[in-house]
Amino acid sequence: MLKKIRVILSLLLFSLITLYFLDFREFLPESFSFLAKIQFIPALLAFNVLILVSLLLLTLLFGRVYCSSICPMGVYQDMVAWLSKRFTRKKKYTYSKAKSILRWSILAATVVAFIFGFAFLVGLLDPYGAYGRMITHLLRPAYLAGNNLLETIFTSFNNYAFYKVSIYSLSIFSSATALITLGLVGYLAWRNGRTYCNTICPVGTTLGFLSKYSLCKIQFVDDKCNMCGLCTMKCKASCIDSKNKQIDHSRCITCFNCIESCHRDAMKYQFVSPLKKRIVQTAAVHKYLPDEKMGRSEISEITENSFTMTKQVDESKRRFLSASLVTGLAAGNLIAQEVTNGLLQKKELKRQVPIAPPGAVSFDHLREKCISCHLCVSKCPSHVIKPAFLEYGPGGIMQPKLYFDRGFCNYDCIICGDVCPTGAIQPLTKEEKNHTQMGQVQFIIENCIVYYDETSCGACSEHCPTQAVRMVPYKGVLTIPETDTSICVGCGGCEYVCPAIPFKAIYVEGLAIQNTVEIKKEKVEDVVIDDFGF
Amino acid sequence: MDRRNFLRAIALTGAAITTIKDADAMSLLTQSFETTQAASKYDLVAVMGGEPEAMFRKAIAEMGGMKAFISKGDKVCVKPNIGWDQPVEMAANTNPKLVAEIIRQCFDAGASEVTVFDHTCDDWRKSYSNSGIEEAAKKAGAKVVPAHQESYYKAVSIPKGKSLKSAKIHQAIVDSDKWINVPILKNHGGAQLTISMKNYMGIVWDRGFFHANDLQQCIADVCTYAKRPVLNVVDAYRLMKTSGPRGKSLSDVVLSKGLFLSQDIIAADTAAANFFNQAREMPLEKVSHISKGQELGVGTMNLENLNIKRLRI
Repeated sequence: MLKKIRVILSLLLFSLITLYFLDFREFLPESFSFLAKIQFIPALLAFNVLILVSLLLLTLLFGRVYCSSICPMGVYQDMVAWLSKRFTRKKKYTYSKAKSILRWSILAATVVAFIFGFAFLVGLLDPYGAYGRMITHLLRPAYLAGNNLLETIFTSFNNYAFYKVSIYSLSIFSSATALITLGLVGYLAWRNGRTYCNTICPVGTTLGFLSKYSLCKIQFVDDKCNMCGLCTMKCKASCIDSKNKQIDHSRCITCFNCIESCHRDAMKYQFVSPLKKRIVQTAAVHKYLPDEKMGRSEISEITENSFTMTKQVDESKRRFLSASLVTGLAAGNLIAQEVTNGLLQKKELKRQVPIAPPGAVSFDHLREKCISCHLCVSKCPSHVIKPAFLEYGPGGIMQPKLYFDRGFCNYDCIICGDVCPTGAIQPLTKEEKNHTQMGQVQFIIENCIVYYDETSCGACSEHCPTQAVRMVPYKGVLTIPETDTSICVGCGGCEYVCPAIPFKAIYVEGLAIQNTVEIKKEKVEDVVIDDFGF
Repeated sequence: MDRRNFLRAIALTGAAITTIKDADAMSLLTQSFETTQAASKYDLVAVMGGEPEAMFRKAIAEMGGMKAFISKGDKVCVKPNIGWDQPVEMAANTNPKLVAEIIRQCFDAGASEVTVFDHTCDDWRKSYSNSGIEEAAKKAGAKVVPAHQESYYKAVSIPKGKSLKSAKIHQAIVDSDKWINVPILKNHGGAQLTISMKNYMGIVWDRGFFHANDLQQCIADVCTYAKRPVLNVVDAYRLMKTSGPRGKSLSDVVLSKGLFLSQDIIAADTAAANFFNQAREMPLEKVSHISKGQELGVGTMNLENLNIKRLRI
């Protein structure tokens, strides 16, 4: 019964959050973003006290229900484990000792890195964020392809219920990370069930610690148990030591598979007074307990060491990545220079500062809060958000930045801030959004069509919602763009649409700290037309 | 879709494949034939002072009714300006009431199907819905079709074009029997004004080419495309006098309550430009795509020589 409830609840939450990520047509209302907001790390980063307290209470009352049902990565692992059982009928789990040192080291490393402003590690390991990336970069393209297939079929019958969408890779780094996560977590789940949750996941370690003190726990009923070991074989957390009738509750994710499997009704999920410790008769266990305790007292030292180690590894990786990026850029530059030298005197567009999504406040704020779940990337209807690489520095890898290759930021759209579960992109009202400056327009007259071809254009000004780019008289009847950065919101309409080739004549330079612009209200003149005029 | 529709679709596909060449030739023939037949007493009808749908009803009646332009069984495409994610009060998009009235009259005249689309500048989903046109057009019975992907467009040649020799035009126009051009009268930063001729930029895929290769000439060029609209209906119920074509606030908009109807796109735009000139000075020389269109033989700017009906409501 308990297992049934767990399975139904998990599948429901899992499918809804997955669908919410995929649903590009906004069939699901925006309120469904609460599925992301109830995740542990997002609630923590957003200081969402209500959700945080609820999750902690839930764990203290019932154990790691979060891990078993709410966390989509957990459910993903259950599904892989379930599949692996279909393929290998005789699959058995075995009890293994807790990898406490590893668990706590990773948690400590993550926390320390976060405190020192390197939030990348939290983003990388947070199960919700990692799951979000898997959906955004791996499943979403498949979903879009399915949509396009249906579109072809339906449109051929003159039915326009579907429309075509473009499918493209947003970021090689993020896609690779998502693929590695999918493969690694999937492999671990295939082999041993919830290994990720109980050795790597920082949320798992934290909630695991709390769940040791939870009020309701799975317990052996001593007089009924014949130590057949069936429960151990079914435990995907490998936390039941049936020989000693011990359960490591820090690793138990309350899946209730053990209760379901027991033929003798020898396992119960029941209230346990936190004050009363279960008296254990076997001597062997006595030995085992202090062992574990000692392990934990050593942790602080080991944590330090392993943290520096992780840091070193990361540093070398970082060095490698930045070196390859620089090389790539330099090579690109060289090629571009060779092509352009002597041919054109046009200037290349080069954004020095990345553009953060509207409401990101500042790069510091974004770096601190964003876990790169890429919900904003999936949800942006204008397709202008993609994961950054090193633009925000190594701590901001995979965090969202704006790019204007496929569109520009819709002036009245506020969806990224509305769905962001961590508050990295603050929710804005339409009015606030209209006055938020995320970048400033830059005009390169040498590249402008009106300047070098002396023909009309005005595409940039056409798209400008505040007329920060406006057309002013130039030669004869021609008009040429004039920019006013003080009222530019940095939406990128001008940059997206500028038809100048090979280099655009207008682009947006990002801002490390977003501004509020003041747009003068214009008086409505009363113009009366009472004649045809011809 | 039920079985009957499925079978019908199969049969139609088969029929289309066998007769496709003839059909193309036929549609061109019938079109020019009907266009001459449709020639009413007036070359241009201008209406002032009413609601969008009332002004259109008056105007089309003066032109001899919709039946003069649309025949029974025609597949009609109505092409409004839906370029922007702006509400109707901003006058950035054609008035949805006018669009709906035109669609209804097409069906009354016997049209078998009416499609509506625009290659939008802002996000197409938002533009279609926030302009109010998607809802109004669907209610009137039209099919509102997407236009945001290159695959919806078909390559056509523009032999008379000077700068623009070929273009990709939306299949809803290419495959239609008749199409009706329904622009809104607006200021435009690059082309100075956007009316019927500039509204053609919403039927092509690669607008960037226009901007990069002499915008004014390309606008005139695309208007020489063989399949001309059977009617140009200029919505001037509200006009955007400044900050066009997107507009930034209501101070850009004038409630002008006008409407212009003509088969001659150059005449329609000349009349509308003169009308606009009263709200804000806009000499015709500045809107040079109109005179360039005249040079290419698309129509005439010489309003004096035309038979014009002026109406007030």
